[in-house]
Amino acid sequence: MLITVVDQQGQAHQVETQDGTASNLMELIADANINIRAECAGGCVCATCHVYIEESALPLLPPPAEDEECTLDLAYHVRANSRLACQIPVTNLPAGINVVIAPDWQ
Amino acid sequence: MAITETDAVIIGAGPCGLFAVFELGMLNAQCHLIDILDKPGGQCAELYPDKPIYDIPAIPSLTGKELTDNLLEQTAPFNPVFHLNTRADALEAMDDGRWKLTTSTGDEFITRAVVIAAGGGSFNPRKLPLAEAGRYVDGKGLSYAVRDAQAFSGKRVVIAGGGDSAVDWAVALTGRAAHVTLVHRRSEFRAAPATLAKLQSLMEAGQIDVQVGTILALHGEDHLQSVELNTPAGAIQLPCDELLAFYGLVASLEEVSSFGLTMRNGRVAVDTSNFETSLPGVYAIGDITDYPGKLKLILSGFHEAALMAHHAIQRIHPQARNTFQHSTTAMQLRLGKEKTTC
Ligand SMILES: Cc1cc2nc3c(=O)[nH]c(=O)nc-3n(C[C@H](O)[C@H](O)[C@H](O)COP(=O)(O)OP(=O)(O)OC[C@H]3O[C@@H](n4cnc5c(N)ncnc54)[C@H](O)[C@@H]3O)c2cc1C
Ligand code: FES
Repeated sequence: MLITVVDQQGQAHQVETQDGTASNLMELIADANINIRAECAGGCVCATCHVYIEESALPLLPPPAEDEECTLDLAYHVRANSRLACQIPVTNLPAGINVVIAPDWQ
Repeated sequence: MAITETDAVIIGAGPCGLFAVFELGMLNAQCHLIDILDKPGGQCAELYPDKPIYDIPAIPSLTGKELTDNLLEQTAPFNPVFHLNTRADALEAMDDGRWKLTTSTGDEFITRAVVIAAGGGSFNPRKLPLAEAGRYVDGKGLSYAVRDAQAFSGKRVVIAGGGDSAVDWAVALTGRAAHVTLVHRRSEFRAAPATLAKLQSLMEAGQIDVQVGTILALHGEDHLQSVELNTPAGAIQLPCDELLAFYGLVASLEEVSSFGLTMRNGRVAVDTSNFETSLPGVYAIGDITDYPGKLKLILSGFHEAALMAHHAIQRIHPQARNTFQHSTTAMQLRLGKEKTTC
């Protein structure tokens, strides 16, 4: 099952969600050697794994917990479709969706 | 500018730096700690004070704040000297084999043992990722911390953020500033219940405006004049003399990288038998280190602190006998407890 990840340079990558050992979207992106800062390694405290999820896929994902909302408060350029990649389990990723890494940090 | 001579200087008062005080203290070394934060505890105190930690041996669970408080209690008998709100900037070798460490406050520390326990780096406020932001820092309208509340008197202040710092300062500057607007991406804030209640009453009294939105751009010739926001109702311009942006902290390895140490994968390379770096008398422990098999765990950092101390003490007190004592024995003397009988 493939998803598309757009990196901070705007380049799109096809990423297979089933092959690896990643448990969440942040690890999946990192394992595919796409640059994602993820400073707290999935601890939900740094917001440097901020991504935009394709709008139509949002209702298919578990909604953000209050912890995720509070950490998203530290991110810039937050939009209605902002999420923290480390909080999205790989098992919940709908096939074919588009994920864009937010431009908050370089 | 003060010059301090001491046995050991520890850069970083995170859990590993704190435990280094204990290990060095057991060997009779006096420690000074330097941290850019306003409190000890590093990541545990700053990033996750209320979250539980489950893998500290023999302590089934405790929060980041509890771990910090316990370490402070455990190290108190050794009288560590804390230099908070202070950044370790430069390290220089002296002719007599000692080290001179200079800080952001202009103070100097002369020591035989420097312990770098800098974690992921020095915590600094997260800067606005806007091209024009740099033009307005240094007294031209954009700040990331309040140094002097007086500077906001009579000003139209915009405060951006949704956490403790944003809410605390919005409340504190109301009355002093000509006007305060709190800008946040959503209408929920995370702060102490009492401060939230205060914010609510100030909002109801019309003394603080809360604007849901995100910052799009900053405007003004020589000084900030307005902030452009993206709001649910579209883009708006908010007149503004002073913008305070509170978006948490990011860690920077800039200073440690400038010390001239051999690095490994962007971290400090160490000899794992004693945690000495490529510079004699300069040690590194905790998250800042990298070596084959390194795990970024608090318990690993504690182990590293013990090995470091037993080597560093030979540089600090070369004449003294480096005896190995269990804390059961050594601490009895320190704490003045009576000998237990069997
Ligand atoms: C959400 C989260 C959960 C975690 N859970 C666990 C867990 O369950 N178990 C576990 O073992 N670990 C856990 N960790 C990791 C653990 O917190 C770190 O391994 C630990 O904090 C590292 O300690 P340290 O003392 O090396 O560095 P830090 O805690 O990073 O402290 C370093 C300090 O040095 C200061 N500093 C750096 N450079 C300078 C300078 N030049 N001048 C002045 N000050 C400077 C920094 O400001 C900082 O305060 C977790 C981390 C996070 C983010
Ligand atoms: S990796 Fe830090 S919040 Fe996701």
